[in-house]
Amino acid sequence: MNHAVFVTAAYAVSAAGLIGLAIWILVDQRMRQREIAELEQIGVQRRSARKAKG
Amino acid sequence: MAETTISGRLTNLANPTRFLELVGRFLPWLAAIALLLTFAGLAMGFAAPEDYQQGSTVRIMYLHVPFAWISMFCYMLMAAAALGTLVWKHPLADVALKAAAPIGATFTALALATGSIWGRPMWGTWWVWDGRLTSVFVLFLMYLGILALTRALDDPQRSARAAAILTLVGVINIPIIKFSVEWWNTLHQPASVMRLDGPTIHPSLLWPLLVSAIGFTLIFFTLHLMAMRAEIWRRRVAVMRRMAAKRAENRAPA
Amino acid sequence: MLALYIRDVKLGIRAGGGALVGVLFFLAVIAVAPFAIGPDANLLARIGPAMLWIGALLASLLGLDRLFQVDREDGSLDLLILGSSRHMLPLTVFVKCLAHWTASVLPLVVAAPVLGLLMNMSPLATFATALTLLAGTPAIVFIGAAGAAVAVSLPRGGLLVSVLVLPLVIPVLIFGVSASYAASTQPDPFLPPFLMLCALMLFFAVIGPLAAAVALKGASD
Repeated sequence: MNHAVFVTAAYAVSAAGLIGLAIWILVDQRMRQREIAELEQIGVQRRSARKAKG
Repeated sequence: MAETTISGRLTNLANPTRFLELVGRFLPWLAAIALLLTFAGLAMGFAAPEDYQQGSTVRIMYLHVPFAWISMFCYMLMAAAALGTLVWKHPLADVALKAAAPIGATFTALALATGSIWGRPMWGTWWVWDGRLTSVFVLFLMYLGILALTRALDDPQRSARAAAILTLVGVINIPIIKFSVEWWNTLHQPASVMRLDGPTIHPSLLWPLLVSAIGFTLIFFTLHLMAMRAEIWRRRVAVMRRMAAKRAENRAPA
Repeated sequence: MLALYIRDVKLGIRAGGGALVGVLFFLAVIAVAPFAIGPDANLLARIGPAMLWIGALLASLLGLDRLFQVDREDGSLDLLILGSSRHMLPLTVFVKCLAHWTASVLPLVVAAPVLGLLMNMSPLATFATALTLLAGTPAIVFIGAAGAAVAVSLPRGGLLVSVLVLPLVIPVLIFGVSASYAASTQPDPFLPPFLMLCALMLFFAVIGPLAAAVALKGASD
């Protein structure tokens, strides 16, 4: 019985799961940031941001 | 009275912004420390001697045990956040709850997966309806339920309340489920399950476990803060879209 | 409160024959089981209580989403919440649960012994299963009320309610089935699991309506 296969499998599954989760969250962040940038470019501002400026 | 509510509202508005600033400053450090500790823990685990009974499969423990711990810890965190939403109406609490659900579900799934892979060489089967395994499985189902609920409701205010209530009902139920599953398990007398009882874990195995557990917990916090930040930005986008639409509406008749 | 109970029971019986559909679903599940498992009478008798419990569980989850949705559609839910200054909202929810149970779940309990005949169960086992169903199904409805209230504003919350509630009713299922087994197989005592089941039912009778009331208040504003 080769135990190394199981150990490798466990580490591979965990790495895949965690990296997948991290990438998903990173992509989510990037998308939201891009959306905010786009909206700010059209000139939409949040109330708090406008107050800080004026 | 009016002043307190207005100032309260102001801090509510300011809070997420300040939170974002703080997160932006600390996140890289947290991520670095988390990765460092995790790899150190795992490396220590590989350097440690193999268990005389389990051979090299004991190395799965450095993944499995932290994942199982985080799966419970994350639910407790979500329950605390749910209390924060319902009692204090803290604006970040509901963001925390929503952001934690997918991460908790992933860690629980990984705990089940690594446990299953560990069980195959040790017990000779991928899955046993053992009390602890079954409880974790039910916990996983509850995560999925909360996930489905937060994704099904669009209005963040309403979904926050609903998810908070569901989480709290779940947390009240966890001890009952745990107890009943254990009771059910002793009733059915699992046929041939070898018990994994290591009454005394040798210190050479314990230290790597502790370090990797802390490392994974910090990874969890890193991911959670990142997910919270994304969630706050998502809500900002929604607010800004609404404002843009309102402005366009106002301009149209003029 | 009594008026609300009677009104809800009447509505539940009249509205599209909800009770009848539930019983039919129950019947269908039990009737399909032998085709999947095989017509072996001994085997059917052995798994009979478990099959009856699963059938009743699924059938009682079936109508749960309608518990508050009908009231929400015609606006009477808002009235009930507005009236919560006079009547405690959890109490109102409790009464609604009881009415729902009477109208759509009690028929399942009544139908269970008949279906027990189909499963070739002994009279004692049939009776015990019906008794555990009588004690256990209110718990499903009470905890289901919390799920239904959480998902009340969803247009198609039915499936979601089942998914949310299912993990929470596992203890009920465990104690219900083991109590009905204990009655038919001698060495195990019947009373401990049955009393646990009753305790669960009473516990959920407090938790469920409370949680549902908080959720309904949140959904209304």
